[in-house]
Parts: sequence; C-alpha cells; structure tokens
Amino acid sequence: MAEKTLKRVDLIFSEDNYREIIEKTFAKTDDEIINEMIDSGLKGRGGAGFLTGLKWKFARDAKSVNKHVICNADEGEPGTFKDREILDKVAQKVFTGMAIAARVVGAKKGYIYLRGEYRFLVPKLLKELKEFHAIMKAVNFDFEIDIFMGSGAYVCGEETALLESMEGRRGEPRNKPPFPVIEGYLGQPTVVNNVETLASAAMVCKIGSQSYKRLGTKSSRGSKLFSVSGDTPIAGVYELELGMSLQEFVDEFGDGDTKAVQVGGASGFCVPRKKFPTTIIGYQSDLEGDNLPTGGSMMIFNSSRSMYNLLRNYLDFFVEESCGQCTPCRVGTQQLIYGIEAVKRGDKNSSYLDYLLKLTETMKMTAKCGLGQSVANSFSSIVTNFKEEMIY
Amino acid sequence: MADKVNLTIDNIDVSVDKGKTILDAARQININIPVLCHHPDINVAGNCRVCVVEQVGARTLPVSCATPVSDGMEIYTNSHKVRTTRKHIIELLLSEHNADCTKCYKNGKCELQELAAEFKISNDYFIDLVPLKNYTIDKYSPSIVKDDSKCVRCQRCVRVCEELQYVSAVSCAHKGEHMKISTFFDHSMFEVICTNCGQCVNRCPTGALVEKNYIEEVWEALANPNIHVVCQTAPAVRVALGEDLGGVVGTRVTGKMIAALKRLGFDSVLDTDFTADLTIMEEGFELLGRLKKALKEKDHTVALPMTTSCSPGWIKFVEHVFPDMLDNVSTCKSPQQMFGALVKTYYAQKRDINPEKIISVSIMPCTAKKYEADRPEMRDSGFKDVDYVLTTRELAIMIKQAGVDFESLQEENYDSIMGSSTGAAVIFGATGGVMEAALRTAWEVVTGKEVPFDNLNITPVRGMEGVREASVVIAGALPEWSFLEGVELKCAVAHGLVNAKKAIQSVRDGKSDYHFIEIMACPGGCLGGGGQPFPTNPEIRQKRMDAIYEEDENMTIRKSHENPEIILIYEDFLGKPNSHKAHELLHTHYKKRERY
Repeated sequence: MAEKTLKRVDLIFSEDNYREIIEKTFAKTDDEIINEMIDSGLKGRGGAGFLTGLKWKFARDAKSVNKHVICNADEGEPGTFKDREILDKVAQKVFTGMAIAARVVGAKKGYIYLRGEYRFLVPKLLKELKEFHAIMKAVNFDFEIDIFMGSGAYVCGEETALLESMEGRRGEPRNKPPFPVIEGYLGQPTVVNNVETLASAAMVCKIGSQSYKRLGTKSSRGSKLFSVSGDTPIAGVYELELGMSLQEFVDEFGDGDTKAVQVGGASGFCVPRKKFPTTIIGYQSDLEGDNLPTGGSMMIFNSSRSMYNLLRNYLDFFVEESCGQCTPCRVGTQQLIYGIEAVKRGDKNSSYLDYLLKLTETMKMTAKCGLGQSVANSFSSIVTNFKEEMIY
Repeated sequence: MADKVNLTIDNIDVSVDKGKTILDAARQININIPVLCHHPDINVAGNCRVCVVEQVGARTLPVSCATPVSDGMEIYTNSHKVRTTRKHIIELLLSEHNADCTKCYKNGKCELQELAAEFKISNDYFIDLVPLKNYTIDKYSPSIVKDDSKCVRCQRCVRVCEELQYVSAVSCAHKGEHMKISTFFDHSMFEVICTNCGQCVNRCPTGALVEKNYIEEVWEALANPNIHVVCQTAPAVRVALGEDLGGVVGTRVTGKMIAALKRLGFDSVLDTDFTADLTIMEEGFELLGRLKKALKEKDHTVALPMTTSCSPGWIKFVEHVFPDMLDNVSTCKSPQQMFGALVKTYYAQKRDINPEKIISVSIMPCTAKKYEADRPEMRDSGFKDVDYVLTTRELAIMIKQAGVDFESLQEENYDSIMGSSTGAAVIFGATGGVMEAALRTAWEVVTGKEVPFDNLNITPVRGMEGVREASVVIAGALPEWSFLEGVELKCAVAHGLVNAKKAIQSVRDGKSDYHFIEIMACPGGCLGGGGQPFPTNPEIRQKRMDAIYEEDENMTIRKSHENPEIILIYEDFLGKPNSHKAHELLHTHYKKRERY
C-alpha cells in the first residue's frame, strides 16, 4: 500500500463541549451566524451541495409562526454509512447544529428522520436527546427534537419525499418550487439538512469560518466524511479534505489493482482508472478536470469485478427503489436494466446502448426529483467507460 | 399590475397572473402543450412529464403544469430538446402500456393513443415491459373493469377518488417497477369501498379503468323475438349523448335519442323521468311524514334531516363511511329501480305482457347504476328489476354500430305508459334538481299554492357550488299541515362525495339543522356522471346543466304531481304515496358496510 499522503481531519468526531459552542454561537446575531455559515462555504453534505448558510437564510426570511428543522438521517445511498457513525458517536454535535439552525430560522421544533434500518440507534439517541434538552433548558432556548422513524424507502432521503412521509403520506417527491424552506413540513418553512451537514455547521461555529475555509479548495471548502468500501484493505469512515484527486485517494485506499471507483454511491458516477488523476472530489468549480460532488460513498473495485454485474446491481436497486411516480425514473430504470440484459444476451445489438445513453439524457433532464435525475448516472458512466464489458 | 408576471414563451411576450403555471400562460396565447396526468378537476401532480418545456438557464426541463411562472422566464415549448425528450417519455409510457389498441374498449378515446399518433411513435426500440409483469384484469365489479396492464400511473384516478370523492378506493401501492394503482389489499373493486361512481373512469386517460359494458347482452335481448325489451332513459343522458355522436356540447337530443332507441329495436322506449316524478311523490311525502312526526308528534327518534337516495354512489358511500346515518337516508329507491320494479309489475299488467318475458334496460349517465341494479334488494317485482344498465357512452356505441345517422333522425316521442315526464323530473339530472322538484311539489301540497319563486325557478338551489344552502319560511299552510306554518324549512344541496361528506359531517357533529339534503355523488349531479361521454371538465358540465334547465323551461308540465301518468298510477295501482304497495315496490333498506 502506498504511503499515507492525505491529511486526516478530525472535526466531525472530535469530542466537544456543546453547551460552550451553543452559548458562544447564541451570543451572535442571526445575521452574524448566517454570514459566518455562508462565508465558510459549507455545502450540503448529503450530495446535492447547496450552500447551507443560504438555505438557512431563505428559511429565516420566510414568514411563518411555525418553522421546522429536520435532520435527514435517512442514509440509504448504497455504500454510504457515515451518518450512522456520526449519530452513534457524536449525536450531540448534530443536535447542536440543529439548535443553531433553529435559532437562526426561528424554529421551535426539530426532527430526526431516522432510516428505518437504524432503529437500533433509538435508545441511545433518546438518552443523548435527554442530555441535549437539558442543555437547551440551561441556555434558556425553547427547542425540542423528536425522532421520526422512516420505513425503509430509499426515496424518502429526498427531502420532499421525506416531508410527505412525515406527514403520513406515501413517500413521493413533491413538485418544486415551492422549496421546503418556503413550504416544507405541514406547509411551513422547513430546513432539511443532512446529518453530516449539521455536525459540520456546529464545527464551523466552533472554529470559525476562517479556520474552516483553510480546509479544502475554493469551491469545495472544508472536510468531508467518506464511506470507503469495496476492494480496499482499510474500509471504513474517513474524514478528508475536499479537493483531492481520485488518484491520491486510490493510492491511499486502493488495493493496488483498482480498476474503477464508484463515487457517490449507486446514483453517482463510475470513474475508470485512466481518469483517476484528472478527477477531483469536490463541487463543480473552476478547477481543471472533472469534479465530482459526492455524498461520501467511495466504492473501490479491482480488476476481478465485472462492471456489467456492477451496473446490473445498481439498476436492480433503482428499479426497486424508484418511487414509481414519474415516467422517466419508473420506466426509464426498467428500460435500462432490461436493455443491458438484452444486449448481453444478443437480443439487441450494441448500438442499442447508444440509444439508451440518449434515454439517460432525457431521464436526467425530466425526472421529478434529484433521485430520478441521478439514477442514470451510473449507467451513463459505466456504459461509456466500460462498453466492451456490456457487450461481451 | 403588481400581480402580473411577464415572460416569453416561444419568443412571444405573455403576461399572466402571479401563481399561474407555464401551462396556463401557454394556453393563454394558444400554444398547445400536450398533457397526460394533468386534469382541470384535480390537483396538479406533475407525474407523467409529458408537458416538459425548456427554460433558458435551467439545468433540467421543468414541467409546465406544475411550474409557476416567474418574471423574465424564457420558455421554449417546441425546441429540439423538448421534442426529443417528450417523445422519449411517450415511448416510455407506451413501453409499459398494453398497447392492444385495436382490441381496447377505449380505442379512439384514449389520450395516450392520441399522443402516440400526434408524435408519430412508430419505432419499436424500447422493450415491451407488459409481458414481464403478471397482470390480471379485475372484472368482478358489475360497474368498473380495472386493467392494470393499460395503466400509465398518472394517478388521475387516485386524485379523483381522494379529492373529489373522499373515498380513496384506489391509491398507489408498491414502488419502482411494482408501483401500481391498487385497492385495499389489492382486493377486487367489487370488494372494497369503491362507490362505483365512475369518476375515475371519466378521467382515466387510457383503458385502464372502463365501465363494464353490457352491449352484447343487450343486442342479444333485442334480437330475441320472444322477449319484450323495455328501456328507460335517465334525464342527464339526453343532454350529453349528442357529444359522442358528433354533436356540440350542451345540445338536447331527447327526440333523436328516442328515435335511435326505436331503431335499435327496443319494443318500448320509456322515460326514467316518470319515476323521477314518482320519487318526488314518495320522497316528498316521506319527508312530510318525518316532519309531522318530529314537529307535531314531537317524536325525537325520527331521523332528520332526510337525505335523498337517488344516487347509488352516495348510497354506497353512506353505507361505508357514515353507517350510523343510514336512518337519515330516504327509503325511496332511485328512479331507475322504481322504474324496474314497476316495469315487471304495473307495466306488465297494463300491457298484458308476461313479466318473465320482459327484459328491462336502462340508459344511465352512471356506472354506479350497474351495481345498484345488481343489488339483491332490487328484486321486488319477483325478477331482477333492471336487467342491464348501459351508460350514455355504451348507447352511443350501439347507435354507431347500428349504422344509424343520428344527426338526420326525425325526433320521436316516448311510448306510453311510463313515458310521460315533467320539467321537475328532467332537472333530476343536475345538482339541486331533486331539491327544486321536491320543493315545487311539497310546497303545493302543504299550502295549495305554487312555490313563491319566479316561474317556478328555485334559483337558490341551482349552481355548481359544492354545498349550497337554502331556506323558506312556510306561510299559508293548509289545515292538515298547520304544524308547518311559520317553520323555516332548511335545505342543503351537495354534489361530489367530498361535499356530501362535509354536509353529513356537519349534521353528525350537530352543527347543521337542515331538514332535507339533496346529495349527488358526482360533480354537477348526474350530468357529470361516470357514464357520460369523455372528456369531462367544468365548462362541459356547465353546458350540460344549462341544457337541462332549458329542457325544463320547455316542458308544459313542470311539477311532478301534475304528471298525468303519476296521477293515474296512484289511482290504478299504488293507492296513495307511501301506501303499503308503494313501500313494497318503491322503497328499500340499506346495509351497514365496513370502511375496509
């Protein structure tokens, strides 16, 4: 294994005095907090990468008596397991982020939308919440957090489907606009942030935007947790700076025979070996090469893996986990999986893959939600880069 | 002009009210954007994605039906990108749709078929997904056939059933490739809360939800020389049938319809209006009887308000959803079933025909009437009172099959007996009509004078508002009805089951003190019934309503109790309203049903 070159960051899992962070932050005005957040460049860590400070600002500016802060802990992206780790080890940090968000936007109620499969965390979280509510009382801030259990649908990680689910309806994404910051839970302004985003927000408040900005690159500030899995001797959750190249990442985490890395889970992109040096892990920017934003899933595959089987597996997942509401996602995913099977069998010739690639463009442009718009990413990147494996 | 938004669509400037969608704006300047899941009667879903457009500067293509306009928007509805993606989407929809078009009941009336034709979908690239799924057709309901293989998951039915009808017999189940429109535990439509109203059928863009048709059965009966085939036609049919036969919406075709039915070979063409008038007599006296018990005899057990019982969708709804309110429902059968019971008794006697040799067919704007005719209670004549129920659409199909040129038919009149009608009966087809007809008669029974409204038009109960209220203070009551003198008679009219629910809920909660409520399951009343021609929307229903009131105005007799055949049937057969015989044949009882 190559020598360790990537700097490990220790923000998310550090032990902290949360009351101190809250008191320090609450001493500032809302505008000061928002400006600090915007200045830090912190972007949503769930994968979509929206500026967290801006999201809070929109919700703050929305007029309503009741507002809500929701922690999206419906961690369902295949290959992602960082939020579980956060909630297991530093739940208070997440609550602290929620309290700060609540203070800024003017919410009295917070919810943790917890993935159905993470039920085992509930007793521990309840215990932590008790302590947290004691802090809230001590600092005299009226804010309470409840846990809402999800039921296992992948799509409920999409924020509007999550809201539908919380309101007791079928988890189907809503039309946007209106966005949740204007009309969210129960039609009231709602901030929905990923677990890691909230923990990072608390850390921005602790160390200040100036220190936070020193991590990462211009358009991708800060550090991020990566869920590293697959053909690696050191699978696990790692906190790394944004802006690294995939080559650097593979040198450190690969097994020496890495063929491809699936960045961002099943809905992310598959990067072949030849593109490792030019692929930068971070948000779209003026940097050269391809920039891949990610929710943090890094699945490493070595040369013993069939990319056809890999793609089939991803598509199988989406064919099952699409909510089924909109045409491009529901039918498109089926056409993609049955399409590659037909090509493999020889029932359709290889040019059919090109036709399906055009379909993926339609799916990306017309699906109703972020999930639907990204289900075809793995298809287009795998088929483009490993076409021969699809055919022979 | 602060509330106006300015944008361009296909380089044309357009200014629309804030809150409108791109689709609204495009329609305002006569640009047609195709839609599939969108329907004017229900909330926007944005599911099908057929109506995508290109917005300059946007990463994705927004759907025009669900995207509100904003200032400075630049929209293109027919760019290369829009055309290719839209075509893709239609191709995708077709790939999961059982495109068995030539054998489909909806052939020629299918919105997906229209789209496919418009976009000339001729290639066969995508894999046909239908054979990969285990579809079964649910044909157990006597009213509605549900064929999931033709479903495009637009969820119009789901929204209709929930938003307009407060029933939710159909809803989405499962996800991904297994996502389907299903019922409680995927039971047959026959076994669930479905009221058979057919509002889903009226709005389903494909052949996934259609009425169960009895066209061949009726042809067979007509072909049998030993059978006397009688038909009755509901009031709302005559103002809509023309739409399916090349006519303009809102045209009254009563005479031509009768002529066509005779050409089809019906031995006797009669009018449900006759039993609508009879319903007024029975129901009116039932109401007066209840009022007498409550107000004069101070009997607090009598159930008030009384609601109408003409609408079989409403009946099934109240049985499922408000089973504790069943005593409030009038015991009168619907006009269709009164007719059925009389055809095989009174009519058979009068015409000296063996009732065993009679087949009675009714032409209805309704799919729930099919279920109603199948109810075990509806055999008081000793036979199945109504053998077959055809919708307006089925009748139009039969007329076309028979090669009849509808437009050129000479108008004819109903046969007798049981063919005479009044304006009061005609307006049964519109929401508020039963109330108005009942008031015309009841007022006169109680006071001996005509209702104090200009030209008998009781306009406060007319209209399209979901729940309407009206009250009249009774003045000049005859001695027999003196207990009603000075009483303020409070009435309400509700149409669409979501409004019915509101009205009944307020009664149940003790918030309303109505005496009489007219309830129709369908929006607009029967004229918006689930068996009426496609498509349906508020303008079409309004035009049908206008035609109904026009028909009323043109009738010489406009009060049920003045119908000569009604006077005759009481003299010759029934005795008086609510007599023992009337109860035997014309009244019924209801059954408590579970919500699930």
